Amino acid sequence: MSTQLPFTIEQFYKFLNQKKLMAGKCQKCGKIHLPPRPLCDNCFSRDFEWISVSGKGKLLTYTVIHIAPAQFQALTPYVVGIIQLENGIKIPGMVQSLKQEQLVIGMELTLDFGTCNTTQQWPQWQRYCFKP
Amino acid sequence: MVKPALLYGFYLGAASIIGTQRNIGLNGKPLVSIIGAGMSKFGKHEGLLAREIFGEAASEAFSRCPKLNPKQDIKAMFIGHMGEAYEHQGHTGSTLADWTGLTGIPATRTEAACASSGAALRVGIYATMSGLADVVLVGGVEKMTHRTTSEVTEYLAMASDYPFEQFHGITFPGLFALMATAHMNAYGTTEQQIALAAVKNHYHGSLNPKAHMQKEINLETVMASRYVAWPLKLYDCSLITDGASCIILTKPELASKYTDQPVHIVGSGQASDTIGLYERKSFTSLNATKLAAKTAYKMAKITPKQVNFAEVHDCFTFAELMAYEDLDFCKPGGSGKLIESGKTRLGGQIPINTSGGLKAKGHPVGATGTAQAYEMYLQLTGQAGKRQVKDAEVGLTHNVGGSGATAAVHIFRSAQ
Repeated sequence: MSTQLPFTIEQFYKFLNQKKLMAGKCQKCGKIHLPPRPLCDNCFSRDFEWISVSGKGKLLTYTVIHIAPAQFQALTPYVVGIIQLENGIKIPGMVQSLKQEQLVIGMELTLDFGTCNTTQQWPQWQRYCFKP
Repeated sequence: MVKPALLYGFYLGAASIIGTQRNIGLNGKPLVSIIGAGMSKFGKHEGLLAREIFGEAASEAFSRCPKLNPKQDIKAMFIGHMGEAYEHQGHTGSTLADWTGLTGIPATRTEAACASSGAALRVGIYATMSGLADVVLVGGVEKMTHRTTSEVTEYLAMASDYPFEQFHGITFPGLFALMATAHMNAYGTTEQQIALAAVKNHYHGSLNPKAHMQKEINLETVMASRYVAWPLKLYDCSLITDGASCIILTKPELASKYTDQPVHIVGSGQASDTIGLYERKSFTSLNATKLAAKTAYKMAKITPKQVNFAEVHDCFTFAELMAYEDLDFCKPGGSGKLIESGKTRLGGQIPINTSGGLKAKGHPVGATGTAQAYEMYLQLTGQAGKRQVKDAEVGLTHNVGGSGATAAVHIFRSAQ
């Protein structure tokens, strides 16, 4: 059961592999953590439950990366942005299927599972990305 | 040095200039005093290791303070150094104590990304004020140019969040680009305004014989350079540089034993923020800078208007504009206009980055914080040569780590 699973970043990415966007919810103060944290940064509780989160959100800001570390260089130029999900949580990620001219701050984007991966030795997590 | 009677007053944004505001009300007591400072030439040091470059900085600092007996007097050393990856060499504190002839004293590396030596300075103040060490050497070093741009990009990115930023291909310029985009969207700041910081700082760098780049550039050059992370271009980025810097601190009451021209540190603030940019409330300002500045101003008992000149963390041109706002040199959103006004250029009301800044002097990351302090030392002892700020009495340094998870702000004052 998901409540038994550890509240770790690795577990967050394991859920993504199952096409689930999950966050940790503090059972004491109710704060939602995405990524999950080992202790609530609001009330210091360690009592959490996994909750499902909507992957729909709005683009808050973006950039187009032209110079990248070696493992991403083949993808350049690529767009990364920070997206605010419907529950208010903000997460960064690559934005795909859009040209720079089509990007508008405030536009609606949806988290997409599993089409954005590049291989790496560590960690072998599934990457998410955002699409229109 | 004779102090001129009149000082600039700085009422930024005010319609008229002022002229005679003296910093008489300045009653922040010195926390520590700088009795010597040194900086290597910044640039490409082919064939030299970090420890060897540091020797140049330490030697200058010792020679500027002939009354100091380094082996006998220096009781502790704190060294900013960001990355082992560059030279496959960690344990930099003791390494540099060894290679400056100070083996035996406690020597510790402080790491706070690009604010590593700003943090070293802060720790040096702790050590001096605690009474545990009467004389402390703080400094920093980085050797970077032997690595490829791709490698350096990867190593610098280590200062940002791994699992949600680096892992998703967000580079270091990318993080500041995300902030620049947000700022442009919120306030109408333009790429041209951002680029002006590069033009200004290259002009200042042309006056600094130790700067990595000593050539002036024009706006067209910046605007025509290729994108690194839109909207930031190659000439919006600070340089990959080798360099070292250090300063020697003592208790204010002991300063006269070593020099008749000390520089006092009257305010010190350091603050942290979330490691991930994405978790912050605002992308158009750095809260760590605001918190550190608030602490430092309060300690120094001055207002931002009393700052005569500053070295701010222009790792990217946009970061300089954001610093104007976070340090209260102008209102939020006002930095584009402020740089356009020329007030932050040498000769203006509040010259910023007279050394050339990270942009033109160079940014050997671990060395940057104390290199900013070195500029304070030169300016406040009247030794800054062609780039001397007239009547400089109060200066400020602003050193940022990563995308702003660390900021250190220090306020310096010339000896009265």
